[in-house]
Amino acid sequence: MLLINCPWCGPRDETEFGYGGEAHRTRPADPSGTSDIEWAEFLFMRTNPKGAHRERWVHSHGCRRWFNVERHTVTNQITRVYPMGGQVGGTEIATPAAEQAIEAKEPKQGSRS
Amino acid sequence: MTKDAFRGATGGRIDRSRPVTFTFNGRTYRGYQGDTLASALLANGVHLVGRSFKYHRPRGILSAGSEESNALIQLERGNRTEPNLRATQIEIHEGLAASSQNAWPSVETDVGSINNVLSKVFVAGFYYKTFMHPQSFWMKVYEPVIRRAAGLGKAPAEPDPDFYDKMHVHSDVLIVGSGPAGLMAALAAARTGARVILADEQNEFGGSLLGTREMIDGRPAADWVAAAVEELRAFPEVRLLPRTTVTGYYDHNYLILAERRTDHLPRGSAPKISRQRLWKVRAKQVVLATGSHERPLVFADNDRPGIMLAGAVRTYVNRFAALPGRRAVVLTNNDSAYAAALDMNDAGIEIAAIVDLRGHAGGPLAAEAKRRGFRVLTNTAITATHGSKRVTGVDVMMMNGPGEDVIGAPTRIDCDLVAMSGGWNPAVHLFSQSTGKLRYDDELSCFVPGVSVQAERSAGSCKGTFDLPACLAEGAATGAQAALAAGHGDGVAPAVPAATSVAPQPLRPLWIVPTTTPVGHGKAKHFVDFQNDVSAADVLLASREGYQSVEHLKRYTTTGMGTDQGKTSNVNALAILAKSLASPIPQVGTTTFRPPYTPTTYGVLAGRDVGELADAARVTPMHSWHVAHGAAFEDVGQWKRPWYFPKGDAQGTEDMHAAVRRECRAVRNGVGVLDASTLGKIDIQGPDAAQLLNRVYTNAFLKLDIGKCRYGVMCKEDGMVMDDGVTTRLGPNHFLMTTTTGNAAKVLEWLEDYIQTEWPDLRVFLTSVTEHWATASIAGPKAREVVAELAPDLDLSPEAFPYMSYREAVVAGVPARIFRISFTGELSYEINVPAQHGLHLWENIMRAGEKHGITPYGTETMHVLRAEKGYIIVGQETDATVTPQDLGMGWVVSKQKADFIGKRSYTRKDTARSDRKQLVGLLTDDPNEVLPEGTQLTAIADGHAPVPMLGHVTSSYFSDTLGRSIALALVSDGFNRMGQTIFAPLGGGKTVSCAVTKPVFYDPEGVRLHG
Repeated sequence: MLLINCPWCGPRDETEFGYGGEAHRTRPADPSGTSDIEWAEFLFMRTNPKGAHRERWVHSHGCRRWFNVERHTVTNQITRVYPMGGQVGGTEIATPAAEQAIEAKEPKQGSRS
Repeated sequence: MTKDAFRGATGGRIDRSRPVTFTFNGRTYRGYQGDTLASALLANGVHLVGRSFKYHRPRGILSAGSEESNALIQLERGNRTEPNLRATQIEIHEGLAASSQNAWPSVETDVGSINNVLSKVFVAGFYYKTFMHPQSFWMKVYEPVIRRAAGLGKAPAEPDPDFYDKMHVHSDVLIVGSGPAGLMAALAAARTGARVILADEQNEFGGSLLGTREMIDGRPAADWVAAAVEELRAFPEVRLLPRTTVTGYYDHNYLILAERRTDHLPRGSAPKISRQRLWKVRAKQVVLATGSHERPLVFADNDRPGIMLAGAVRTYVNRFAALPGRRAVVLTNNDSAYAAALDMNDAGIEIAAIVDLRGHAGGPLAAEAKRRGFRVLTNTAITATHGSKRVTGVDVMMMNGPGEDVIGAPTRIDCDLVAMSGGWNPAVHLFSQSTGKLRYDDELSCFVPGVSVQAERSAGSCKGTFDLPACLAEGAATGAQAALAAGHGDGVAPAVPAATSVAPQPLRPLWIVPTTTPVGHGKAKHFVDFQNDVSAADVLLASREGYQSVEHLKRYTTTGMGTDQGKTSNVNALAILAKSLASPIPQVGTTTFRPPYTPTTYGVLAGRDVGELADAARVTPMHSWHVAHGAAFEDVGQWKRPWYFPKGDAQGTEDMHAAVRRECRAVRNGVGVLDASTLGKIDIQGPDAAQLLNRVYTNAFLKLDIGKCRYGVMCKEDGMVMDDGVTTRLGPNHFLMTTTTGNAAKVLEWLEDYIQTEWPDLRVFLTSVTEHWATASIAGPKAREVVAELAPDLDLSPEAFPYMSYREAVVAGVPARIFRISFTGELSYEINVPAQHGLHLWENIMRAGEKHGITPYGTETMHVLRAEKGYIIVGQETDATVTPQDLGMGWVVSKQKADFIGKRSYTRKDTARSDRKQLVGLLTDDPNEVLPEGTQLTAIADGHAPVPMLGHVTSSYFSDTLGRSIALALVSDGFNRMGQTIFAPLGGGKTVSCAVTKPVFYDPEGVRLHG
């Protein structure tokens, strides 16, 4: 049972959240302008890394806000929680297990993922 | 009552003032408060407690703890019976009734032991090799017979009369195990003020100290334990949990503990206390001090009753004053058995010999053994054991240098007890569950914790630290560090009490003890896994047959797959495999330990979530009326929806078919009413509300007029139908969306996803209002008359209130929203009132409709009526591989809109092809034949397998309206098959032919709808 630090509500059990798959896949602004291959890439292809994975979660049974999480796919350790629109780069907050005092920055409402 | 003849006159942690009588296999015995079932049986001279799993060999008690593989017990009878309990963990109480498992007619004379004679055929993989053909025999013949013969215990057939509960807690430091390391860690952490939980599976704290006679600070260790527990009790933030097994270690330091609260009391004697309690602990830091399990030695016929682990014998004599024998032979490859031998001797057991596999027995313990005059035989093996239901003696022989063969002639030594020690395995189960990586320690010949992944630390013998002073020091340091990491104290270990260190001599890892014939030849069996009857020969055979991965070996031989999870067998099996592969043990690897650590009752996992509380039930405001009027209910998601309303009279009650036909007739010819409150309702507001709808529905929504309703289909980006429903414009910036009952939450989450992540520029807000409104759908040619009576101020003429429009009005005295939409194909009004008026509305509808014969109908009638009209149900006609075009609903997909979710995918090669599975109607040639839903469809009536499948039946009913059966189906290239005949093979040689038609069977022009 993961402990996920919702940027709005604080640390809560995984059962309160919904999973939204890999983060930072932006819907093409003009889908009709994409080739079949580009569109298939957007629809179906995911990186599926062994290691740090940036993914989307939603606090379904709480504030209903979507946000990003960086989780290690082998150990399930969560190394970052950051708002939608947060940068992929940026400083990683290295956190040992179960001490996820992750200080998520004030989420900017209305920013693109 | 028999006398407990094998009980020492003094000593032990039993309460001799409180004798306890209990029964085992129907016979009455005496023990004492503080005994386990195993210690009480041993004190009564009972060793034969069970028959083995496969060969039905007589088996005795092996261990003194939760690692027990042999002594599995069926406890109590009737609704409180419980299988597969370990005699070594059962605390006896007055009236306890225990019995053996897997023996018939009795454990003394067991018919199944014929398997032992036939053992040559029951080799590794026997089931896989033998019970292959015919395939259909597996389920019907082989498996039931095998299950009965190789049975473990029996599950109770009656409901559990006890209750269970759960606790959710947070702790700074959770300490697992209360031996010297765990207790010391608890003291260190508690003194910092940290919130500490100390859990131990035994009834008393102290762990290994309970079974030895160590001295701490110059006093018996038990005194130190008592003082430590007393100190811990005084801390307000410390929680002590005896009789509590930490069964699971999950992500982010989430651990599950099973506490047995009343199992040590006579059953049913504490009716107000939950029998067991599940603790769900989120710990900042965990200290594992789980101790270690002694390894058996793998020698010829090492499974006879009376052959026990040396450490266990030591525990029985010290802790319980129970004597497992009078004359013992000790077999060992390490020093710890010498300590056991000395304690056994002190308790009055004659040590006939210490058989040491090592070439030299040095060190202080061996010196003391020799001083006492024990016969110590080095470089010697036990090559045979005698006796059947109890060991009566052993043969010993010298070994050659490498320990692979024996020399000379055997010497027989008579004994009634063999105490063996093959070294110790740290109990790394929880560490392994925490996904930490194990490391093989060559010097100790065992796996120890390697790299940690979670916030845990190991201390004591579970880390490979076997020396008492070192365990205490490690516990102190670990407890202080864990507390510091959790934000308490300074991390400095407290002072450690004094204890004596005994520097152990190295052990000799000899994984198979040789005998006069090679392993697998002759009658002798070298057991590796006692519970699953796996011998060294089975492991070697599997290796020869190519099972070189330990995971494969495990499954093929079933080693370590019993209820004990191989606590005593895994390392031996692995080492034998490694030896046969000539690979180092770390290279062969080890299997992953999984929860639970020991078997856990379903009751404690379920807690209070049983019966009515098993799952939440959502009911509509009209539910009480439905119940009072005899509705049969259907579960739709968590909702209870009326399925049909059977009418009863003196002749009996209608069946579903009769009720549904009557309800359908009422809607088609008169008027019916459906409780539609469960439909998902999402209130959408904001200047960009229309824009959002325009992007998520396949059809246009920007220009929907206020007061108008529109049916919409939502697809995912891949173009496949996700949900459908009617959305109504209530105001310029205000819409009400309806979703299917089951998808309401999913649709809301999905819309939020787009608003928050893809289109954050949209100014729009969503609110779930599903439960705010109660909905009654009045349908049928006489619907208008009923509504007119309820809402006299509302103009219901088709011109004033046309199909697909919306009005607000007072209905039955309550402000209401009325939608003229239809899922039946009839004139229909959906009346929404605030939920608290739902029952009032419903009762008034029934009253107003009475003279028109208004008939309440349920979901089954709704399904039939909509199928007659060819209306789809998402999740029934669709399965996430179906586009709107596949459903013949191209009309709902806008050609004008530049973009909407799913649009791009309609030009993908696969979605654009014309021969996809498409929705069609099916009319069986025999009008009375109702095809089962899910029936596969073929183009030819009788072909040889494999016959290509065209698709399947998605909906199928008997239509009273049409007087015949109807079906909807997804069929490859279905639109081009109109008028063709296709076939539904139903099995058993029956094939039904049917005509492919359009999916609309009734009123295709929609005349009735618009009426």
